[in-house]
Order: sequence, then structure tokens, then C-alpha cells
Amino acid sequence: MASEISDMTAVTAPPSEGGAAPRGGSGRPRDARDERRGRWRSRRYRWDVKAMPYAFVSPFFLFFAAFGLFPLIYTGWSSFYRVELTNLDAREFVGFHNYTRLLEDEFFWNALKNTFTIGVISTVPQLLIALGLAHLLNYKLRGSTFFRVAMLTPYATSVAAATLVFTLMFGTDYGMINWALEHLGFSHHIDWRAGTWSSQIAVSSIVIWRWTGYNTLIYLAAMQAVPHDLYESAALDGASRWQQFRHVTIPMLRPTILFTIVVSTIGATQLFGEPFLFGGPGGEKGGSSHQFQTLGLYLYEQGWTNYHLGRASAIAWAMFLLLLLIAAANGLVARWLRKNHEG
Amino acid sequence: MATISTNPADQAAGTADAPRKAKRRTPGAPKAGRQLHAGPFTYIVLIVFTAVSLFPLIWTAIAASRTNSRLAQTPPPFWFGSNLFSNLQTAWTEANLSTALLNTAIVAGSITIGTVLFSTIAGFAFAKLQFKMKNFLLMLTIGTMMVPPQLSVVPLFLWIADLDWTNHLQAVILPTFVSAFGVFFMRQYLSQALPTEIIEAARVDGASSLRIVWHVVFPAARPAMAVLGMLTFVAAWNDFFWPIIALTQENPTVQVALTSLGRGYIPDESVIMAGALLGTLPLLLVFVIFGKQIVGGIMQGAVKG
Repeated sequence: MASEISDMTAVTAPPSEGGAAPRGGSGRPRDARDERRGRWRSRRYRWDVKAMPYAFVSPFFLFFAAFGLFPLIYTGWSSFYRVELTNLDAREFVGFHNYTRLLEDEFFWNALKNTFTIGVISTVPQLLIALGLAHLLNYKLRGSTFFRVAMLTPYATSVAAATLVFTLMFGTDYGMINWALEHLGFSHHIDWRAGTWSSQIAVSSIVIWRWTGYNTLIYLAAMQAVPHDLYESAALDGASRWQQFRHVTIPMLRPTILFTIVVSTIGATQLFGEPFLFGGPGGEKGGSSHQFQTLGLYLYEQGWTNYHLGRASAIAWAMFLLLLLIAAANGLVARWLRKNHEG
Repeated sequence: MATISTNPADQAAGTADAPRKAKRRTPGAPKAGRQLHAGPFTYIVLIVFTAVSLFPLIWTAIAASRTNSRLAQTPPPFWFGSNLFSNLQTAWTEANLSTALLNTAIVAGSITIGTVLFSTIAGFAFAKLQFKMKNFLLMLTIGTMMVPPQLSVVPLFLWIADLDWTNHLQAVILPTFVSAFGVFFMRQYLSQALPTEIIEAARVDGASSLRIVWHVVFPAARPAMAVLGMLTFVAAWNDFFWPIIALTQENPTVQVALTSLGRGYIPDESVIMAGALLGTLPLLLVFVIFGKQIVGGIMQGAVKG
């Protein structure tokens, strides 16, 4: 980021009409006015340089304080209370009860496990496919813009619209996917929503569909930044295309891959819309035996179906702690990789 | 075309700073990226994945043009029927989609304006101005990107219940009116695209900070503002978790209306698909028009982020 630019041709700013800002004090004797104006101007200049940066960042921080920081702390605070949606004013301090209760709560552990498995079966294939597609898109192609835009269209489709279509396609009796499987020789129609694995695969497929194109573009951008001569010298050494991919592309992409893993993991931890709508009416249960209930769904169920806002707050904080753990683990892995490859 | 395929960043960054970008790359790497020609295998795989990406959308339209009873037969339909307009009409009135689309346009539009405007001035301050606690505040901004929205849902809900904002659009606009990602994105862009000398020259000429923002920063930031605006608009249009808590069917956004469709409000699958189609169409139009710029913006953000 330190590449400060010295060439002025880059951005041509409109010439600022020197000092045309409003000035005070017209109609007084000339020299006194000039002197006063000069003093006023320098004071204004100092004030401008000192205070305006804060004015520029303050809208962001005011909104962040009101809608980000305050709720964050408040969530932590209310996780120590019993707060019911039916009677918001009656709070009762319960200490760590909401948390200890969570530890003994089989549905919490179930949701944690589901969030993890759905996270794995949606993130791993998604990133692998994206890596392969980015590699292909990095060739000299006809219609490369078309491919890129087309693969990104799922990203423009909302969770709701995508899930509604996929739910129909995953239908048991008339769904297109069972129909296609039948033609491939599976005569038994899968009830996708009923099984643990089948429902989690269905939910994951929506996530994979929506996000693969996005990650492809991220990888493609990183691949295009790989210096050309690395490939040339690899080719001179007799490396095949696959070996070049394996030994040049992948190592050069390591920071980007870590970045996408972090982003996808954050997304997976918060997964909500896809299982919520895939479940149909009462979707926050995540299926009849909670087989695809994620932490996001469990939070919603506790807060807005069962009216236990204190418990919902505790779940929210548990999710946050989980994210912090993941971030810390990722930082350690990144550091370890750096040491191994550079030190 | 050649510049587009080798240098995605310039697609969004516009032509003005293309020469500088090319210059920046010179040390060590005369040419980045690889330009081997694609074989037929590459095309086949890409076409298959393009089809997978587009098929669910096309099939949404096909299912929306059929009757509910036709969707309860095998094989599933693969071509358009004649019921599209009646289904669209039913979805339009039954799911309150006219209100929903208008509401979503207001919500996504306001969030986009707020995010782009405040991100640009804050990003400018972080990139080019000196002030106390700058680094601390920047770290704080980056840190907030980690905080999941679920964490603030309970107090926000209590708050809007207190203010009687349930079902009012400000309840979904204000919490996402600014974005830490946006501030970071604009900071990254402006620290490279805006020469410090220009700001100093403007100061010597006696321009105030506000004038500098208006006459120097905004013109220089325009390409990145456009990219951030499109990304924000897409995200705001598709936002799901908070709107379904804050709003109900009386005054829904598109996602809230679609949720009610999917949760058994209307048992007719073809009407549900018509609703999904109507809710997605505006964004698809944005994509058809600005797809190239959005692609460029995501790739540019990837390299710099």
C-alpha cells in the first residue's frame, strides 16, 4: 500500500478557484480588514485541517456506535438476563444461566454440529470448483466476459429466490433432481428434506450455487497478478501445465485462498436463509428432527418462536466466540505457513 | 479486449488511471497473468458450469409460465407454457409484491447512497488526512467487519419495538446505512488513485477540506464509488435475516414477501416461482447492464483487499 504516486497525469483534478471560500468582514478599512481576514483564514485553516478528518469519519462511527457497538454490548448484557418477548420489561438477572443452559442443551450442540457439517460440505467443494474454474478462465478465451458475468449471476439471485427454486427442484415426487437421478438408474426417490445427509447436501448445494462464481472471480484476479515469468521459467524447466498449476499457481495464491476460506467460514457460521426457507413452514426448526438446524436458525427459534430473547443473546455471543476462535486459528495457520515457506 | 483480460482492475477503475496502473506493476514483473490459448476441453467445462449457473434462473421462468398441476407431473417441463402473465399477476397481488418492490427500491437505494457517500469521505480521511487515533480507528473499522449481524439482532429488535418502528422502512435502512467494508474499500482505492500532491496544491490555493472533497476526491473516486454502489445495492436488495425480523407482510421488502410465499402463504408452486422471478428480475436487469463493471469491481476488490 506504500506506493504513493508521483506522476500527476493519473488523475486530473478540476482546478480549484484559489481561495474562493466564503470570507467574512467586508466593508471595513482595507488594511485592518486584510489583517483580520488573514488571521481568520489561518485560524480557519488550522481548524479545517484538525477537525475535518473527524467530521469525515464521524458519520460512519456514529452509525457504527448506534447500530453496531451498542447492540453488541447490549447483547452481551442481556445474555445474563431472562428476557421474554412476551413481556419485554420484566427482566430477571440470571448470571451465566443462559450459557450453562446452552452447554447442556442438546439442540445447541446439534445446531453447532449441523453448522459445521453444512459448512464443510458447502465450502470445500465450492472453493475447489472455483479454483478449477478460475484456472480455466485464466486461459485466453473467446467470450471471457460472458463466462464471467454468467457465472456471477447466481450471486445476484437472492437467498429467497434461489432457495424457492431449489426447493422445487429437490421435490420428492416431481422434483427435477429425483427425475434426473431416476434416469441415471436410481429408482428410489429421495426425500431430500427428511434425511440428515440429504437435507444438508440440498442446503449446501444452494450455497455452492450462489457463491462459486464469486470465489472464481476472486481467484481469477489473484491468478492474473501472478508474474508471467514464473510460468515461463517453469515451462523452461519442463514443468507440465498441471505441475505449473500445482507448483506455481497454488503457492502464489495462498494468501487469497486463506482469505476466501475466512470469508466462507464466516458466511457458513451465520448460515440462515437457505435452511430457513428450505424447511418450508416452520423452517426455523430445521426439519422435523432438527436435522438441518443451524446456529442461525436456532437463534431465531429461541428468540422469535419461543420468545426467549436472553437465550437468543447467549447463542449470538456463542456464535461470535466461535468466529473469534476460527479467526485466531486461521491467523495461526497463516503464520505457520509463512514460517514454513519463507523462514 | 486485450486490456480487459489482462488487467481486470482497470475495467472498473476506468481509463483515467490506466497508465499509472501499468506503471505500478513494472518492478519485477513485466507482464502478469498467463495467456495460453484455451483448448476445447476448457470451453466444454466452462459451458457446462455456465449452464449450471444459469439453469435455475431460466427454470424459474419456465416454472412460472406453467400451471401448478403441470409442475406436479413428471417429466418436469423444459419449455415455456402460456401461464406466465396470469401467474405474475397472481403473485403481484397476493404476495403484495408491488409494495415489496417499491419498498426494496427505497431501502436498497437509501442504503447505497448512505454507504457510498459516508464510505468515500471516511475512506478519504483514512487514506490521505492526518489525525490523532487514525490507526486505532482504522483497526476498529476493520475489526467491525468480523462482527456477525446476528449479534446485534436482539437489542435492535427491542429498540425498534420501543420506538414503534416495526414495519417501518427506517428499521431496515438505518442499521446497514454505513459499511466497514465500504470504508476499507474506498480507503484502499483512494490511497492509490488520489495523488497527495493534488490535495496539497488545492490546500495551498486555499481550498477548504469540503471543497477538496467535492472537487478533487469525488471525481477521483467515481469509478470505485460506482463499484461499491453496485455491490452495496445487490447486498441490500438481497438482505434477508434482519428484514424478516423487523418487517411483516403488511409492509414487506421483496425478500420478506418471498419468504411468506415459500412458507405456505400461497400453495401454488407456479405462483411462487412467478414471485421469485419478479423479485429477482430488477437485479438481473442491473446485471445485464452493469455485469462487466460488477465483475471488474469484485476482482479489483480481491486484489486490493
